[in-house]
Amino acid sequence: MARIWKFGNSINTDLITPGRYNITTDKRELAKIAFIEHRPEFSKQVQPGDIIVAGRNFGCGSSRETAVTALKECGIAAIIAPSFARIFYRNAINQGLVLIVADEKFTSAVEEGHQLEIKDKQIVNLTTGSSTSAVVSQMLLTLKEYGGILEFLKKHDITEFEKLVR
Amino acid sequence: MAGQTLAQKILSAHAGRPLSIGDLAVINIDYVLAHDTTTAWAIEPFREIAQKVFDPSKIHIFFDHAYPAPNLQVAEMHRKIERFCKEQGIKINYDGVCHQVMAEKYSYPNTFLLGADSHTPTGGGIGAMCVGFGSTDAAVGMATGKIWVRVPPTIRINLNGKLSPAVYPKDVILNIAKDLSAEGANYKVVEFGGSAITDFDVPSRLTLTNMCAEIGAKTGIVPADSQTKRYLEQHNRYKPFEELRSDSNAEFESVLDYDISKIEPMIACPPDIDNDVPVSQIEGTPITHVFLGSCTNCRIEDLAVAYKIMKGKKVKEGVKFIVTPASREVYDSALLNGFLMEFSKMGAVIAPPGCGACLGRHMGVLGDDDVCVSTSNRNFTGRMGSPKAKIYLASPATAAASALEGKIADPRKYLH
Repeated sequence: MARIWKFGNSINTDLITPGRYNITTDKRELAKIAFIEHRPEFSKQVQPGDIIVAGRNFGCGSSRETAVTALKECGIAAIIAPSFARIFYRNAINQGLVLIVADEKFTSAVEEGHQLEIKDKQIVNLTTGSSTSAVVSQMLLTLKEYGGILEFLKKHDITEFEKLVR
Repeated sequence: MAGQTLAQKILSAHAGRPLSIGDLAVINIDYVLAHDTTTAWAIEPFREIAQKVFDPSKIHIFFDHAYPAPNLQVAEMHRKIERFCKEQGIKINYDGVCHQVMAEKYSYPNTFLLGADSHTPTGGGIGAMCVGFGSTDAAVGMATGKIWVRVPPTIRINLNGKLSPAVYPKDVILNIAKDLSAEGANYKVVEFGGSAITDFDVPSRLTLTNMCAEIGAKTGIVPADSQTKRYLEQHNRYKPFEELRSDSNAEFESVLDYDISKIEPMIACPPDIDNDVPVSQIEGTPITHVFLGSCTNCRIEDLAVAYKIMKGKKVKEGVKFIVTPASREVYDSALLNGFLMEFSKMGAVIAPPGCGACLGRHMGVLGDDDVCVSTSNRNFTGRMGSPKAKIYLASPATAAASALEGKIADPRKYLH
């Protein structure tokens, strides 16, 4: 089962990929610096399919897309939070990293070691029995099917975006 | 039918059709901005979808985040970007922080800027719609000259009254951040109005719009007016522009009114922007560093405020006072009028124009237990170096007073 990584409110991009380490374009190197100071064990233990559950305003701060790239490269299957910062959210849409907006009461009660199940727009905490609705951007899901915005643009002109992506 | 907001009007003009709030649209962009970090990450995505940029003259690449290169890794990123720009016919700009140089040389009212940097909203101080994006979007913009956007709701903030002595636009925006929170304007546009805004010159407005990024906003904007005209004239690039305004019956998500005469010097305590208190409340907190710099607050006007407070005095022994003019224009003016000489005599370290210490990459990295008063925009844990350092954000006046005393100091005793 997927491991849950729990984080607090206002996890900013300086915590995800700190500026001093954030000077490489190598995706594997970026995966190694994810939360390097905030949670040094993260990049060593994270497994593909793991889920991050966090507090409000996840991804606030700098526009650095490495924050999304690093977590995607680590294999994070989804990030669940009550709210996400704008540029991080947009970067995730473009790259097809699944972000799920969920009720704060639900997310704050999730602990590491719990088991979550996500299906049919519902998240169920199998450990506690509580559940909530999962809100995922339709645009994100559509672009994810294409493999991200770059793959979309290899097949379509950007002017077709309004018609094909909702 | 409800009227349109300023942001709606600018986006509609760039989409070539009327847009409603919440609409998804692909719009034409007037220019793209990226810098010595975000450009490096945009090159590979760009190559996946294009061979040539849509118009090299509309792409502004800046070396500012770490320039000159502080280490081999950054030097290699610089080289990679230089090769790309040479191949594409793009001129690299080495004249300071991208947002400041864009304001001095390029930003124009009612235009749309796609900026691969979170503080892109700064240019809203000129009445342009300037939005921060990631590097994939920068690649899309460079390749196509277009970008997808959703039309955001607008929060209108009216500023009225006159600032008290030793209180500045930075104190106003810290006050707003405290009230709205770090996500209070997430996905929204913050539009400034009110009688005080008419009095604020463009450099003051740039501080307000710059900090809108910190409250989550898609952008901040001050409608272009006679102050904008004056600023453009001072920079020898005025051309007539339409004074676009939100309609009187525009659909604002909320309207907030501030009497700025009641605002006192404010300071954002670590580690978040909305952790603000009046400076007087934490006066006396010992400090080790003062950073007078960044796209938020290191224009010539900011240096003049700091100089006024520090003139004839010395930086407190043991305090590292780092002055980093935001641009070459600011640096040259400060050389010419003697500010830099005076700051140097006081004991300051003068750094070359650029982002400098703001993001902890060079020229003033903080160590464990260092405490810095900074005129920049972020006090996140680890932002300027060690996660054990503490960053307080304040106006240039508070920074200058604190540099003299070696502790957080209220500037009001120096300016009456």
